[in-house]
Amino acid sequence: MSKVKVLGFWYSPFVARVKMALKMKGVEFEYVEENIRAKSELLLESNPIHKKVPVLIHDGKAIVETMIILEYIDQTWEGPPILPRDPYHRAMARFWVNFIDEKCLNTMLKACWRTGEEQEKWKEEAILNFQILENEIKGKKYFGGDEISVVDHAANFIAYWFPLISWGRMELVTEDQFPNLWRWSSHYCNHPFVKDNLPPMDVMIPKFKPA
Amino acid sequence: MSEVKLFGAWFSPYVKRVEMALNLKGVEYEYIEEDLKNKSPLFLQYNPITKLVPVLVHNGKPIFESTVILEYIDETWEGPSIFPKDPYDRAMSRFWAKFVEDKCSDPLWKACWAAGEEREKAKKEAEEALKILENEIKGKKFFGGDNIGLVDYVANYIAFWIPLLQDVVGFHILTQDKFPNIWKWCYELCNDSFVKKNLPEKEKVSSGLKRAVETGSLY
Repeated sequence: MSKVKVLGFWYSPFVARVKMALKMKGVEFEYVEENIRAKSELLLESNPIHKKVPVLIHDGKAIVETMIILEYIDQTWEGPPILPRDPYHRAMARFWVNFIDEKCLNTMLKACWRTGEEQEKWKEEAILNFQILENEIKGKKYFGGDEISVVDHAANFIAYWFPLISWGRMELVTEDQFPNLWRWSSHYCNHPFVKDNLPPMDVMIPKFKPA
Repeated sequence: MSEVKLFGAWFSPYVKRVEMALNLKGVEYEYIEEDLKNKSPLFLQYNPITKLVPVLVHNGKPIFESTVILEYIDETWEGPSIFPKDPYDRAMSRFWAKFVEDKCSDPLWKACWAAGEEREKAKKEAEEALKILENEIKGKKFFGGDNIGLVDYVANYIAFWIPLLQDVVGFHILTQDKFPNIWKWCYELCNDSFVKKNLPEKEKVSSGLKRAVETGSLY
């Protein structure tokens, strides 16, 4: 029986981050594809409170929530660091991941899925959050500097998934308004390690493109 | 010049948890009270991003977000631990801290300030989450076990501020009847000799909340 299991959905940006982290550390793991409409007993037992993926199971113990899993992976296995080793840079990485996950992602999704006046309100807030990110990436190749980092992976949603979800609905991260984020997206998606680990675009498009 | 500065607001649970962590480690720091209606240029220079307290400045470098600061403090200074050392226990602490913040504190706060349908919705959310938390604290003195840990720090909001707010607005979700284990933990935490020294005055907080309810503004 595999010592390390990951429960996930193939199209999830959160699951992608966990798989990438394990690969960075050279950890062998068994990947289990879950069905969102028929979640397995293992998933429901491992994450009874949120019932969500990703779930990392290591030696029979379940760890949930993407960033919590990444921190666990970093502490448990040797290899290239997922978070910066310096305490200050590590704190800043944690801050930015939290900002991207809690603020950017949330407002982006609401801007996409709500309608009318509510949508406008969330769109405005999403734009403000993107402006903060735009400012942060200015003059840098990646959020991590010259090297790709945990913050870049947290923003994978913006680089890769969001253009698919917003397809035909509206464009939030336009090249005009956010040239630095646009440039970063291109660097991120073309990074060899990322390219090897993202689901192929031709499979993603039918999944997300509205009928 | 002080090596460690903390920008805060006296009534903030987020600030208090950071102060508690610094005091736990015996770190000397300069505390700067910020007027949140009129933030100082120095403060905005250190935190132009969220413009919120607390902000810890260590050797000129600012760190923000209370849980990020707590982790930084635990990693930087010797002394009693806030986070468990074992990676799995650490992960579980992080999980419960996030659960408390997102699923309990937030809806409890919202329910007290909202009205009508919005209040009922927040109340339902809070009650569902508190049922889970009630189970988690069963048989334990603190969420951290015999000693306070990360989850207790983050749940300071529920232990001290929420009961006061509930009394001020006259709307009670967290009660001894419904959640006897959490209620007992609130008492243990607020009366712990170390935690007690790191909480603001009850009457001062209550008056502040009453004023906020009357004026419709928190600051």
